[in-house]
Amino acid sequence: MTQSPTLSRRAASAPTPPRKSRRRGADTRAGYTFLLPWLLGFIALTVGPMISSLYLSFTNYNLFDAPKWIGFDNYTTLFQDERFLQSVGVTMQYVVFGTPLKLAAALAIAMLLNSKRKGQGFYRSAFYAPSLIGASVSIAIVWKAMFGDSGPVDQGLSFFGINLGGWVGNPNMTMGMMILLTVWQFGAPMVIFLAGLKQIPADLYEAASMDGAGPVRKFMNITWPMLSPVIFFNLLMETIHAFQIFASAYIISNGEGGPAGSTLFYTLYLYLRGFSDFRMGYASAMAWLLVIVVGIITLIFFKTSKSWVHYSGDAK
Amino acid sequence: MTTMATPTQPQPTKPAAPAPVYNPKSESLTAKRIKSTIFHIVALALVAMVLYPALWMITSSFKPNSEIGGANNALWSNNFSFDNFATAMEGIGGVSTLTFFTNSLILAVGAVVGTVLSASISAYAFARINFPGRGLFFGMMIATLLLPFHVVIIPQYIVFQQLGLVDTYVPLLIGKFLAADAFFVFLMVQFMRGLPAELDEAARIDGAGHIRIFGSIMLPLMKPALISTSIFSFIWSWNDFLGPLLYLNTPEKYPLPLALRLFVDQTQSSDYGAMIAMSVLALLPVLVFFLVFQRYIVEGVSTQGLKG
Repeated sequence: MTQSPTLSRRAASAPTPPRKSRRRGADTRAGYTFLLPWLLGFIALTVGPMISSLYLSFTNYNLFDAPKWIGFDNYTTLFQDERFLQSVGVTMQYVVFGTPLKLAAALAIAMLLNSKRKGQGFYRSAFYAPSLIGASVSIAIVWKAMFGDSGPVDQGLSFFGINLGGWVGNPNMTMGMMILLTVWQFGAPMVIFLAGLKQIPADLYEAASMDGAGPVRKFMNITWPMLSPVIFFNLLMETIHAFQIFASAYIISNGEGGPAGSTLFYTLYLYLRGFSDFRMGYASAMAWLLVIVVGIITLIFFKTSKSWVHYSGDAK
Repeated sequence: MTTMATPTQPQPTKPAAPAPVYNPKSESLTAKRIKSTIFHIVALALVAMVLYPALWMITSSFKPNSEIGGANNALWSNNFSFDNFATAMEGIGGVSTLTFFTNSLILAVGAVVGTVLSASISAYAFARINFPGRGLFFGMMIATLLLPFHVVIIPQYIVFQQLGLVDTYVPLLIGKFLAADAFFVFLMVQFMRGLPAELDEAARIDGAGHIRIFGSIMLPLMKPALISTSIFSFIWSWNDFLGPLLYLNTPEKYPLPLALRLFVDQTQSSDYGAMIAMSVLALLPVLVFFLVFQRYIVEGVSTQGLKG
C-alpha cells in the first residue's frame, strides 16, 4: 500500500548516502535548526507536561496550594470511585461497539462504490461530508434535537410502531445515540478503504472467478487480506480516536454526563474532575491511566497484526 | 457486505475468455444498464439517509419554533423565514455573533499560518537533512500521533495560568507555531520524501544552502501538501471546542463553538429555531470550504489518511 499504513515501518529506514564529513557537521547544524520549531514544541508542550502530569498524579493539587505528595492514593481511589468506573464502562461500550460498526459501514460502502460507474466522485464526497462536521458543537446540538422527545427520530420510529420516546433523556438509549453519531462519520475511513480497494489488481478477482469462487470467497481470500494493512490502520486510528470523544458528549449532556451518567465519557469525567472540582492530581492520574491503556491497546494491535496483516508491497 | 460487493465484480458464472488484464465486455448491454440503475438507486438512498441530519438542520433553521419539534417534523414548511437567523445574529450577553465569527476567524487563520510554517520547516529537517538523532526524533514524532492529548492538558493549563496567559489566544495558538499537530508534520515528510533527491543534489552542487533549497525548491513543489494542511488546520481550529473551553473566560473572546454552548445554556432549549440557525451559521464556513476544496479534502484523506 502506498499511504499511511506504512507509518510504522517507514519510520526507521531511509538509507544514508555516503557524504563528505565536512558537510556532515553543517548538515547536523542545519538539521537541528530546521527541526527547532517541532523540537521546542515537543519539549515544552509534550515531554515536559507529560513528566509533570506524571508527578502531579501522585499528588493532591488544587491549582492554588502547593501540590502535596500522596503516593499512589489517586490511583487506588480511582478504582473505588463509582463515577470513574462508570466512565470506563461508558467509554468501553462506545469503543467496542461504535468503532467496529463504523468501520463495517465504511468498508461496506467503499466496496459498493469501488467501480468505474459514473457519479463516484459525488457519492464519495457526499458520504465523506459528515466526517468533517460530525465532531462539532453544531452537530451535537442538532443530534440532541433530532433524538429528543418527538424529534424526527422518535416520530419516524413511531410511524413503524416503535415508541421509544426521546433518546436524550433515556439512559438506556443515549449510548445508541452516541454510537449512531460516530457511525454517521464513517466517511473518513471509507475514503481510505476506497483508496486501498483501488490498489487491488483486478486480475486477482478474475482468476478467482475462473476458479469458480463466489463473492464470499473472493471477499475472504482476496479483499480482506489485500486490504488488511488499511483495515489495520483504520482500526488503530479510529480506536484511539474513539477514546477521546469529548465535545459531542459535553454538549449532549450539558457538560454533566447525564442522564444517570450514561454519557459520562472518560474524557468528560477527567475534565470535570480537573477543571470544575480542581482536583488536578486526580485528573492527572486519570490521564496517565488513559495513556497506559491506549498504549497497551496499540501494542496488542501491533503484536496481533503479524498474524492477519499482509504487506503485499514487500514482495515487489 | 458481500452482496454489496457483487456489482463491482464480473459475473462468476460466465466462462470468461482467458484474458488476464481487463474484463472483456461479456455482459449484455441491458443487464449492465439494470445493474447500474440498481447501483444508483441504492447509492442515492444511502446518500439521502446519510445527509438527512444535515438537511433537517438546514430546513429547521428556516422554520418557526412551533414546527421544529412535535408532530410537524416534515422537512418542508410553508412558513420558511429568516427570523431564526435574525435572532441568532443578535448574539448572546451583549456580544454580537459577528464578534464570535471574527474570533473564530482569527484563531483559524492563526492556526493555518502557524501550522504551515512550523510543520513545513520541521518536515524539511526530517525528510531532507541527514543528522544524528533524526530517526529517534522521527519515531517520537510518530508516537505523539498516537498519544491521547489529555495527558498534557492539565500541566499545560497550569503553566499558562502561572504565566497569566489564560483568557488569551496564546495557549490556543502557540502549539500551532511549534508544529504540535504531528499529523501535519508527518504528512509533509511523506510528501517531501516523494520528491526526487536529485533536486537537492543539483542545487547543492550549484552552491545552494538548505534555506535556499527549502525556500525555492521544496516549498513551491509542496503546494498540494501545503493546501491540504491549510484546509484541515483551518477546519480543525474552527471546530475546536476543548481548547477554547479550557482557556477562554470572557464571552467577547469566544469563538463560535463556545458561543454556541453559551447560547444553549442561556436559552435552555426554549428557542430551538435560533439555536439551530446559529449551528448552521457556525458550520457555514466549513461547508463552503468543503464545496470549494472538495477534491483536495477527499484526496487528502485518501492519500494521507487524514481524519475529518
